[in-house]
Amino acid sequence: MTKFLLPLALFVLLAVVLGIGIRHSPDKGIIASPLLGKPAPAFALPNLTDPSREVRSADLKGHWYLFNVWGTWCGGCREEHEMLLQVRRAGVVPIIGLDWKDDDAQALSWLTQLGNPYQSVATDHSGRQAIEWGVYGAPETFLVNPQGIVVYKHVGALTPDTWTREILPRVSGMLTGSS
Amino acid sequence: MLPELGHFALILALLLAGLQAFFGIAGPALARDRWSGAVTSAVAGQAVMVATAVACLMGCFVGEDFSVAYVAENSNSALPLFYRVAALWGAHEGSLLLWILLLAAWTVAVALGSSRLPPRFAARVLGVLGVVSFGFLLFTLATSNPFLRLDPPAPDGRDLNPILQDPGLAVHPPILYTGYVGFAVAFAFAGAAMLEGRLDQNWARWTRPWTTAAWSFLTCGIALGSFWAYYELGWGGFWFWDPVENASFMPWLMGTALIHSLAVTDKRGLFKSWTLLLAILAFSLSLLGTFLVRSGVLVSVHSFAADPTRGIFILTFLIIMIGGALALYAWRAPLLRSSAGFELGARESFLLFNNVLLVTAAATVFAGTLAPLISDALKLGTLSVGPPYFNPTFMLSMLPLLALLSVGIHANWKRGRLEDSQRTLLYTFIAAAVLGCGFVIGLYSHGSVLTPIGATLAVWIVLSSLVDPIDRWRRGLTISRAVLGMTVAHIGLAVAVFALTTVQSFTIERDVSLAPGGTATVGDYEFRFGGVKPAEGPNYEAVAGTLTVTRHGAPVAVMTPQKRHYWVQRQVISETAIRMHRGNNLLLALGEDLGAGRWSVRIQIRPLVSLVWIAAFIMAMGGALAASDRRYRPVRARATAPEGATAGQPG
Repeated sequence: MTKFLLPLALFVLLAVVLGIGIRHSPDKGIIASPLLGKPAPAFALPNLTDPSREVRSADLKGHWYLFNVWGTWCGGCREEHEMLLQVRRAGVVPIIGLDWKDDDAQALSWLTQLGNPYQSVATDHSGRQAIEWGVYGAPETFLVNPQGIVVYKHVGALTPDTWTREILPRVSGMLTGSS
Repeated sequence: MLPELGHFALILALLLAGLQAFFGIAGPALARDRWSGAVTSAVAGQAVMVATAVACLMGCFVGEDFSVAYVAENSNSALPLFYRVAALWGAHEGSLLLWILLLAAWTVAVALGSSRLPPRFAARVLGVLGVVSFGFLLFTLATSNPFLRLDPPAPDGRDLNPILQDPGLAVHPPILYTGYVGFAVAFAFAGAAMLEGRLDQNWARWTRPWTTAAWSFLTCGIALGSFWAYYELGWGGFWFWDPVENASFMPWLMGTALIHSLAVTDKRGLFKSWTLLLAILAFSLSLLGTFLVRSGVLVSVHSFAADPTRGIFILTFLIIMIGGALALYAWRAPLLRSSAGFELGARESFLLFNNVLLVTAAATVFAGTLAPLISDALKLGTLSVGPPYFNPTFMLSMLPLLALLSVGIHANWKRGRLEDSQRTLLYTFIAAAVLGCGFVIGLYSHGSVLTPIGATLAVWIVLSSLVDPIDRWRRGLTISRAVLGMTVAHIGLAVAVFALTTVQSFTIERDVSLAPGGTATVGDYEFRFGGVKPAEGPNYEAVAGTLTVTRHGAPVAVMTPQKRHYWVQRQVISETAIRMHRGNNLLLALGEDLGAGRWSVRIQIRPLVSLVWIAAFIMAMGGALAASDRRYRPVRARATAPEGATAGQPG
């Protein structure tokens, strides 16, 4: 009686779709960034550590950089901080921080206490810049290539796995584009 | 010490769940009755261990142990005690623990209530529940352990998500989960029946009260969630077709179908394989809902943390459980033969239509919920469907369902003699149409074409549902709780339809900008803005606006919506002000500070919206009444029936 096999067959089909959904989710499935493959938003924002200078996207042209959205209020940011410090020590690609909807004094003491992995940190009190980047929640990390194109986006705390599999190969030119 | 104790108790619970599954399934299969007998001990042990783990975690919350990562993430020393307790299930890890606790509670209830079941069958039921429990305990320990320590400990916690700092958190998740998890019992009965190859209608009889009870809890839980979303989120709406809402609504629709199909299997021995499939599907949708919510494959207002490794674990578990059950079904269901027949106009036909329509409704919700995933898998780009898809497609299966309910309620089992009830049908319909349309025209004088249809259907259901009980009462016959419960639940459904129709047709929403002393007129009401004042709570500071509401010059209320700033999470939450007046629900939310004392204010007037939730509680009460019917109560006096014996089966 094949008709009794039908529910099982449909379920197998569903499981395949869900499986694909999960496989996609770490990089694009969950919150597909409309920015992927497009130019990163231009910005000129107050600098957290050096009020005399702005953090500007124009200054970053021609280099790879990671754009990391964080805040002292965010648990995942505390979690990924050690990873960010490792990235800094590796010296492969600089990290630009976006301190999102945060208190400057608290952010500064966070960086003094835990170490500063950022080349520079821009502040975004109003949250407007984060909207430009389509940020869904902190932490989020974008990889921007020398042409200023966003080539990769990671949602959640940065993991060693993402670093070695997704970010490092792209920066070192083994992979281009956004898969 | 406390977290380690809890962790240890959870590990012991996992081992005991494993024993429960093993003894429960292997014992009867190998005819080792002593193994089967050991199942109840494993059930008791597991329940004690799970309760210990929950108590330990609660102790950590109450004692503000911020060295526990989960506590540090979801609590704060400024958080009031009430929320520190409820924060236990405020995030992923604790929600899972709550899930496991409730499953243990259902399992204990089944173990206690199974004294009249054949011992081997009871062991199998508990064994299947053990498999489910084992899976969830393993999932918690492997990917979502709430007892992990932080080194060094956090000086203070990051606080509970402000959206959750509401009394709703204390009741909504436990009740919703009780319903959700309760379908595991129907699943276990179906699984046990298939394992045993004993697919007579007994299992349906035994399953009915459990399924109905779970359904009642789920109904309550969904209504509470909707009510909470309405007054807390301040978006002005009580249903958003959000993936998380759908995740609880799909099992509800399937469970509703199951309740009706179980009735046919129990009373007439028909639809056996179909009922079996529904029992599997109702719980499968509960599991799938957990997967969708917890894996982060779908974005939703409710998902706080998304983690693909958790998703892979749940998917594997899903494949084992659902795939296993469906494979068992494909193997066993062909053995079933229905000998009895029924005529087209018989009650069986109407319940068949009921099932087809409810399953169709569940399928449309399912398709809409998974549409983003499917389009993504097929590389069609990210797509998500909202109310414009859900509302019409859902209505497409609901309208015929409601109409058929009013007709089918008069039908008899087996024989299709609709001529006998033709008169009743005609009279109730005319009365309903007059009352329904009269209401719409008399009170509101406008609205879409669906308004009179919805009102008429609702009134028709009430009248039709009352015909039989009133008839019995006049003839001095007793009305069983099962019939009374059914009547109450159907009336609840009618009230829901009526309220939804009214709300959908006559809601007024307006966003206005008001300076102090300024007024806005919305519907029959006038709102005078008195400016804002600062206010303070235990862990937040706020601005509170004052609005004086009048209707045709007569004072109605002074309402004070707030905008709260929670210190620890630096989150701004709009606290709506809600007031009932003559059946109208007035909702005010404070928007943005527009400078110079001007504020934007969202004003919404929804007629009869409270009835939507009241209706759900009426339905749940109906379910509770039906589940407590005498014929389901365990008969203690009777000696344990020998294996294979069939209880008497009065039609």
